Parts: sequence; structure tokens; C-alpha cells
Amino acid sequence: MNSYVPILVLGALSLGFAVFSIAAGHLTGPRRFNRAKLDAYECGIEPTPQPVGGGRFPVKYYLTAMLFIIFDIEIVFLYPWAVSFDALGMFGLVEMGLFILTLLVVYAYVWRRGGLEWD
Amino acid sequence: MNAVLLASPEVRGFGADPWWLVLGKAVVIFVFLVLMTLFTILAERRVVARMQHRIGPNRVGPFGLLQSLADGIKLALKEDIIPKAAHKAVFVLAPILSTAPAFMAFAVIPFGPEVSVFGERTHLQLTDLPVAVLYILAVASVGIYGIVLAGWSSGSTYPLLGSLRSTAQLISYEVAMGLSFVGVFLYAGSMSTSEIVAAQGDYWYAVLLFPSFAIYVISMVGETNRAPFDLAEAEGELVGGFHTEYSSLKFALFFLAEYVNMVTVSALATTLFLGGWRAPWPLSLWEGANQDWWPVLWFTAKVLLFLFVFIWLRGTLPRLRYDQFMKLGWKVLIPVAIGWLLMVATVRALNTEYDFDARQVLIYGGIAAAVLIGLTFVWDFVAARSRNAEPPEVTAEWDPMAGGHPVPPLPGQQRPQLTVAGTTAGSTTQTEDHP
Repeated sequence: MNSYVPILVLGALSLGFAVFSIAAGHLTGPRRFNRAKLDAYECGIEPTPQPVGGGRFPVKYYLTAMLFIIFDIEIVFLYPWAVSFDALGMFGLVEMGLFILTLLVVYAYVWRRGGLEWD
Repeated sequence: MNAVLLASPEVRGFGADPWWLVLGKAVVIFVFLVLMTLFTILAERRVVARMQHRIGPNRVGPFGLLQSLADGIKLALKEDIIPKAAHKAVFVLAPILSTAPAFMAFAVIPFGPEVSVFGERTHLQLTDLPVAVLYILAVASVGIYGIVLAGWSSGSTYPLLGSLRSTAQLISYEVAMGLSFVGVFLYAGSMSTSEIVAAQGDYWYAVLLFPSFAIYVISMVGETNRAPFDLAEAEGELVGGFHTEYSSLKFALFFLAEYVNMVTVSALATTLFLGGWRAPWPLSLWEGANQDWWPVLWFTAKVLLFLFVFIWLRGTLPRLRYDQFMKLGWKVLIPVAIGWLLMVATVRALNTEYDFDARQVLIYGGIAAAVLIGLTFVWDFVAARSRNAEPPEVTAEWDPMAGGHPVPPLPGQQRPQLTVAGTTAGSTTQTEDHP
């Protein structure tokens, strides 16, 4: 585990810097109250009231996130396979080929059904 | 070799540094990244200015070198506003979440080979893991949380939309980026950055796996939200994107995180594809080039090269439309990456199974693929030219409310005769080429 400790050192350093900056920004900046300043910024007009819980946004983002998960899991399988590729030889190639083929079917289906369109 | 590597939790030669060396390296990396950020911001402003026939900031310090520092101090002296509608805790947490991982990703980047520091033999690299590149991807993904939470917690419309766009963009291009690494791991037989650099002794992977390199370079621009893929902060549509509501040093932290991320992806590109700290060809003939402290220079030069490409892209290309951008990611980069990956794997398997050196196949295949892809762009361009060359259809009749919107008459169209009571409007009838 010794090789993970330096990461924590660098992490602590950068975390400390970020926290320090935010604290410093709080102290060094002036504070002049103005009600309009605390409103949401909408190019100068009266801000639209926000619904509780963040409001609605297009469902396309959910779809993108789900597609991402599918392909990201493919990548998670590909990495260890790639690292030990020479040990697996032809067998590994055929197995991964079949796996990628299955995924390509899914990919073609999503494409055909317009899941990759963004309008 | 591979089995041993997977079984052992540590890469050989790492994890044995004394504490003062670990601390020293961490501080040096931190300072390096901050200085690179300050320098890149200035370089970007100066270079883009030159590209636009301006001069750019040159007043603060020699050649304007202290400009970024002055901007930072100015930001520190600005009021730190937390909007009324914001979720306070998350609003403050978001810039921290976005900055800290940006720095942490650099922990596994190799700056050079083994050197001796105060009598201690050590690698010019903070640490290395058997899963170093996976670690970078993981840490970079934590950084995305900073963006999502910043947009969500601001309690405002533009930041929310900006952060959603930004997130969808980052995860879309992360797939292509992840796929482009597979070829490298396949050839290096390792995910540890120092071993990937060691494996690039005779061929840089940018040569051997050129399409992987091209896909990585495109997706790294998408990953860092930079022009021409900076849709998350499209000023005309979204004001400033996810950091619209941020001010003072919180804004500065987001800015810092963006530039540190640029340096990180450039360093990763250097490590995985351009031979890391290895000297480029004419210099590599000199034996001392890959020893002692010289490699730090080559490494920094290669990183600066990528940073210049970032700036160059920003000065050259207009921003893509969001649907074009998503189309490029999902319909071009991902299928090309998967196809290329299958080809690399096949060639490699032939290589090891039948002892048939097929590296030339990859090199020439890669060049051919690049030329083909280049030709599609040329073809697109030519097709668009011929499309535009045809004059648009103009009917002689002018419909002043075409499509429900008031429109001016096109060249060649006549204004209809206006009949005012008692007179004819004949004298005002003319073609409206130059009103």
C-alpha cells in the first residue's frame, strides 16, 4: 500500500489549498449588502422563480448517462483483457470479439431507434 | 511478467521513498501545476491575441508575465457572493471537489527516469500504481462531480443547464477516451505509466497507434471543455455555464481546475503516446538525452506543445453546435475507436501466436485510416461548397410573412404594389438589392 500514500499527500496538499483559498476569499473580499446581488443571475431581468428540487431538464441527459454506463462497463472489461492480452492469446481475442459484437448489436439498435440523435 | 504484475500490489521501484522525498515531490508537482496554470493563462491570452492581430496583456511585469498573478489577487479582493437560492454547503463544496482531483491526477505522471536526489535514488514521479491510468480516469471522474454540484446548487437556470451539458459532454467523450487507451495497454502490457513509457523505447505509440492518438487528442479537448467543444460555457446561450453564480476565489478555483486539467490531459497524452520523458528523435541520438534530469525538459516541452495546440484550436475553430458535438462523439469517435481496437488486437494476436511481425500493418493501416478520415472531411467540405454554389430558390413573389415571421425581400424579389387611396405606389417600386 506504500505506493498509495504519496497520492494522499498530494491530495491533502491540494485539498488544503482549495479550502484555504475559499476561506481567504471570504476574508479578503468586501461585503456590501445588496438584495439584487443575491438573486439568481439572468442577464439583468427579474429571475424566474425556481421550482423546489431544481426543476426539470430534458430526458436526453438520462439517456446519455445510461448509454455511458453501458460503454463504460465495456471499457472496464477491456482494460484487464488488454493488459493480459499476450497471456490469453487467440482465445482472448475471439472471446472479446464476441463480447464487442454483442455490444455492437446494442449500439446499432440504439442508433436505429434514434437514441443517438440530439434535437 | 504480466501475471507477476497483476499479483503484486506495487510497481517495482516505487513505494520506497523516504517521507521527506514524498513530501518534496508532492510540493514540486503542486507548484509545477500552479505555475503551468499561471503561464498557460498568459500564453493563451498572448497567443490568441497575436492570432487576432492584437498585442495582448504586456504591462504587468516583464512581457506581462505577472498578469495572471495580478488577476488572481484581483479576484481575491472581490466580494464572495453566495446567492440566496443556493444550497450553501454544496455551493462551497463544489469548487473544492473540482480542484483537488485535478491536482491529484498528476501523482502518477512520470517526469523522468531514476535520478539521485541528495544521495537518494528515486524515480522522477510521485508514485506509480499497477492501475495508474485507471486511477487518472477515476480521479478525473470525481472532478465531474464538482461541475454537476456547482450547477445544481446555484439555484439558477443557466448554471443548471450549463452543468448538465458539461456533464453529458464529459461522459460522452470519456467513452472514446477510454477506448483509445486500450490499444496502448495492449501493446505495453501494463497500465502503469512508468512501464508504458519504458515500452515506448523503439516506437512511440503515436506512430504505432496513430488512430488511437487522434481519438485521444480529439476527446481530450472535449474532456476539458475547451474550444471548439466549450459548449458548457457558450456565452450566447448560457452566460458562463456552470460557474455563472460563482465569484471571487471560488471562481478562481474553477478556473485553476480547468487549466490544471488541461495540463493533466496533455501530460497523459505525452506519457501514453509521445514516449513520455524520452527525447524526440534527433536528440535521442545523444546518449545522455535520456539520463539524469534532461528528460524533465523533453517532458515539459511535449506538454507545452499540447497546450499550444489547445490555444491554437481556440484561436482557429468556431464552437460546434451541441447536436453536432454529440454526433461526433457517439457516431464517429466511438465506432472508429472500437473498429481500430479490434484491428489492433487481431494484429497483436497474429504477432504473438504466429510470430509474424505485423507492426508495419498497424502503422500503414493507421496512416491509411487517418487519410480516409481526412478525406471524408474534404468531401464534406466540397459537398457543402457545391451545395452553397447553387443559388437559393427565389420566387419572384415576396411573402412578407414567410413562415410566420416578417422577412425582408430577397435580391430579385419585388415589393408588391402598394395601393394608397387615390395614387399608385409605382414610384416606390424598385429592386431591394441595396436599400
